[in-house]
Amino acid sequence: MSFLVVEGLTVRLRGTPHLLLRDVSLSVAPGRVQGLVGESGAGKSMIGKAILVTLPRAAEIVAGSIRLDGQELVGMRDRDRRRLIGATAALIPQDPLSALNPARRVGGQITDRLVDILGWTRVRADARARELMEEVRIPDGPRVLTAYPHELSGGMRQRILIAAAFAAGPQLIVADEPTTALDVTVQKEILRLIREMQARHGTALLFVTHDLGVVSKICDRLHVLYAGRVVEETDVPTFFRGPAHPYSAALLAAMPRHDDPGAALNPVPADVIAAVAAEVAAEVAGG
Amino acid sequence: MALLRAVLTRLATTGVTLLGVAVIVFVVIRVVPGNPIAMMLPPGATDADMDRLRALYGLDRSIVEQFGIWLGGVARGDFGTSITTRADVLGLVLGRLPATLELALLALVLAVALGGTLAVLGTRWRGGRVEAGIDLGNGLALSVPDFLWGLVLILLFGVLWPVFHISGRVSPRLDLPFSTQFYLIESVLRLRLDLTADLLAHMAMPAVALALPLAAIIAQVLKQALKETMALDYVTLARVKGYSETRVILREALPNALLPTLTLVGVQFTFLIGGTVIVERLFSYEGLGNLAIDAVVNRDLPLIQGIVLVFAAIFTGVNLAVDLSYALLNPRLRHG
Amino acid sequence: MADGRGMVAPRAGARLWLSGLWLGLVGGAALSAPWIAPHDPLAQDLMLGRLPPGWMAGAEPGFWLGTDSLGRDVLSRLIWGARVAVTVALVAGMLTALIGSVLGLLAGYLRGWVDLVISRLIDIWMAFPPVLFAILLIAVLGTGLTSIIVAIVVIDWTRFARVVRAETLNQSAMDYVQSARVAGFGRGRTLVAEILPNVLPTIVALVTLEMGIAVIVEAILSFVNLSISTDDPTWGGMIAEGRVSVHQAWWVLVVPLVALFLTVLAFAQLGQGLRDRYDPVLR
Repeated sequence: MSFLVVEGLTVRLRGTPHLLLRDVSLSVAPGRVQGLVGESGAGKSMIGKAILVTLPRAAEIVAGSIRLDGQELVGMRDRDRRRLIGATAALIPQDPLSALNPARRVGGQITDRLVDILGWTRVRADARARELMEEVRIPDGPRVLTAYPHELSGGMRQRILIAAAFAAGPQLIVADEPTTALDVTVQKEILRLIREMQARHGTALLFVTHDLGVVSKICDRLHVLYAGRVVEETDVPTFFRGPAHPYSAALLAAMPRHDDPGAALNPVPADVIAAVAAEVAAEVAGG
Repeated sequence: MALLRAVLTRLATTGVTLLGVAVIVFVVIRVVPGNPIAMMLPPGATDADMDRLRALYGLDRSIVEQFGIWLGGVARGDFGTSITTRADVLGLVLGRLPATLELALLALVLAVALGGTLAVLGTRWRGGRVEAGIDLGNGLALSVPDFLWGLVLILLFGVLWPVFHISGRVSPRLDLPFSTQFYLIESVLRLRLDLTADLLAHMAMPAVALALPLAAIIAQVLKQALKETMALDYVTLARVKGYSETRVILREALPNALLPTLTLVGVQFTFLIGGTVIVERLFSYEGLGNLAIDAVVNRDLPLIQGIVLVFAAIFTGVNLAVDLSYALLNPRLRHG
Repeated sequence: MADGRGMVAPRAGARLWLSGLWLGLVGGAALSAPWIAPHDPLAQDLMLGRLPPGWMAGAEPGFWLGTDSLGRDVLSRLIWGARVAVTVALVAGMLTALIGSVLGLLAGYLRGWVDLVISRLIDIWMAFPPVLFAILLIAVLGTGLTSIIVAIVVIDWTRFARVVRAETLNQSAMDYVQSARVAGFGRGRTLVAEILPNVLPTIVALVTLEMGIAVIVEAILSFVNLSISTDDPTWGGMIAEGRVSVHQAWWVLVVPLVALFLTVLAFAQLGQGLRDRYDPVLR
């Protein structure tokens, strides 16, 4: 039974007929990692935002359903929706620097949700925070908890954010390109950490990324998005053996090869783009 | 070490500024037509009398000498003697200063409360009619100076609905049990709340007149800073965690939006203090500003010098305090 | 976008029209005072003292806005008072803008010791309480229209100098200035032809603000009896008189107050509207 079920989600730019997401369906079961892949602007971040109800004011949901643990989010009252998401879901954001409040110590930014939203006691929350420091492998945990964000490196900050996300065993985590803003050397570490924590807590993980290499390391299944539409949905081993959709194939071929550094890069060919664009246009015209 | 050097440089700059103010005042008022000495003497005074009095006040020396003498006096704490009242200038100034300080601080509190509330409300209900209304009212309040607000308040609450007093600092009475001139503070400390109420009833209108322009600026700048802060990722994260919109504004955005607002507000506060000159006159409030106007009209040179210098010291002091608190409150600068 | 902002946007254009309308009215009144004022503003008649405005009981025909304690017609005094207000606004406003802007441009562009001196001067000037400085200067210079204008310029040039200096520093750092210099244009030419046009919108918006401030300063000075030396009516003087008799003849205070209020508002809105329309960045 999937924890998150999205069906026919359509998001529009307010006041225009332009659709940012078109009839998107996906589901994530507990303990599984679902990937959302696509180029910049394909709409993958938008899906995460729609689920966590953090869509920008300019976007609005016009159709579809989002069910979290069986409860329908679309149309729910703001207060109830906020409560449900706060209790069961979390976000691992892309930019660890701007995702931490510069005026507050990082420890508080892990425990605040536990105390204010989930009703834990201060003591229990602080103990959990120290536990988490070990889980995410931050040395000298108690000292780091009292630090301000600007005193920590990018990798450390991302670990803090991961700790905050997994703090109270959430059932769903949306990871929005969590390694994109990090140094390459740190990326692997963080990725491994996320996989570990996810496995340990049995969380349903929706992993948004543009990097197919990352997908191969962490995801069980993946959706490929183009221009707000899902063009392919399959499990990872099948995808990498030979994707069905020409766009997906082109994406795969576009990945730079480590074993042939001198080879030319393969951008997605123009005719493939044209073909997909035509597909989308046909759907738009059809209704 | 770098911090110490920065502080010393600031103090030096402040000293230069104050010196410059003193020089300008000194030079400007020595050009004054109208002979204050002549005003002090009875008719029929001889030239010798006038010369003697002039020598007494040192007005027969060269400007540079006079300045040197005055500066030396200031270093010793002697600001000279008032020509009109024959009283010690420093004593006069310090006697009136608390009244003005209390008024200015009351105005500051009102401005922060009003401006802050409007900014938060405008952010909570942004993009709608509430914010549009606040912006409109703000634009109005911004363009109108404290002088005009004072007059409007006199009309409204002095004539139409006489709820507040529009004249003086306190209702006339014989027994004022105060040992300092800080009437308001003392009345609270001595638990004479009847006096506190009377004082506030007198201070309310001038304080509001002074506060409105500052409140408008605070509302505008803070709202803008809040809106920019609300767009940042950690605010989004707070929403996902489950915090309500209002709590997000107050907990996450406000502390970060305060810092950039602080500097501007500090400068505007000095304008507010400058405004006490005319507002006190308008409401016949017995503060330093009111005394200043009398001093100029009476050509009381030493008193003018003393008052201007004190005002300048307050201005530069406020600027210094603002810069200091900015450095202290910014965690990056503090730990950085 | 479908939100409340739509309500405020049309006001941006209305802003310019309304403020321009009022200011035109005031300017027109100032110019044509001798012809349109119904009575001699200085003519006293104690028998006609403290008459209420035309629509109230006890009013006399011909005195549309009532009379003051000395029987002088409020409307006529208002119209004649506009002369002083307009003169001060225009002359003092422009002059302050000119001197302040020039100093600001020089400081921002030449930098070095020029900037050091000017910035130091600005700091010293800003340590003075403005109203006190004004009163002091008038006491020194004596009363009169020229003194008022000189006083306003001397006190408020810093308003322009600071902003123009900051803006000039900003612009000087931009690439188009480098390009001009590389192309061989001299410093003066660069300053006038390249930088000035980009700083101009800021200056224009400030000029209208300054005019409003000039009117206020004159009113304050009239209020403390330090304005023009003759008996010619000024709005500030009317306010001072009105304040005294506010319980018996409130219109003597209200009429010039409203006029002053609207004028200051109009100047501020005009500046805002101009900036909104002509700022190249906002466009």
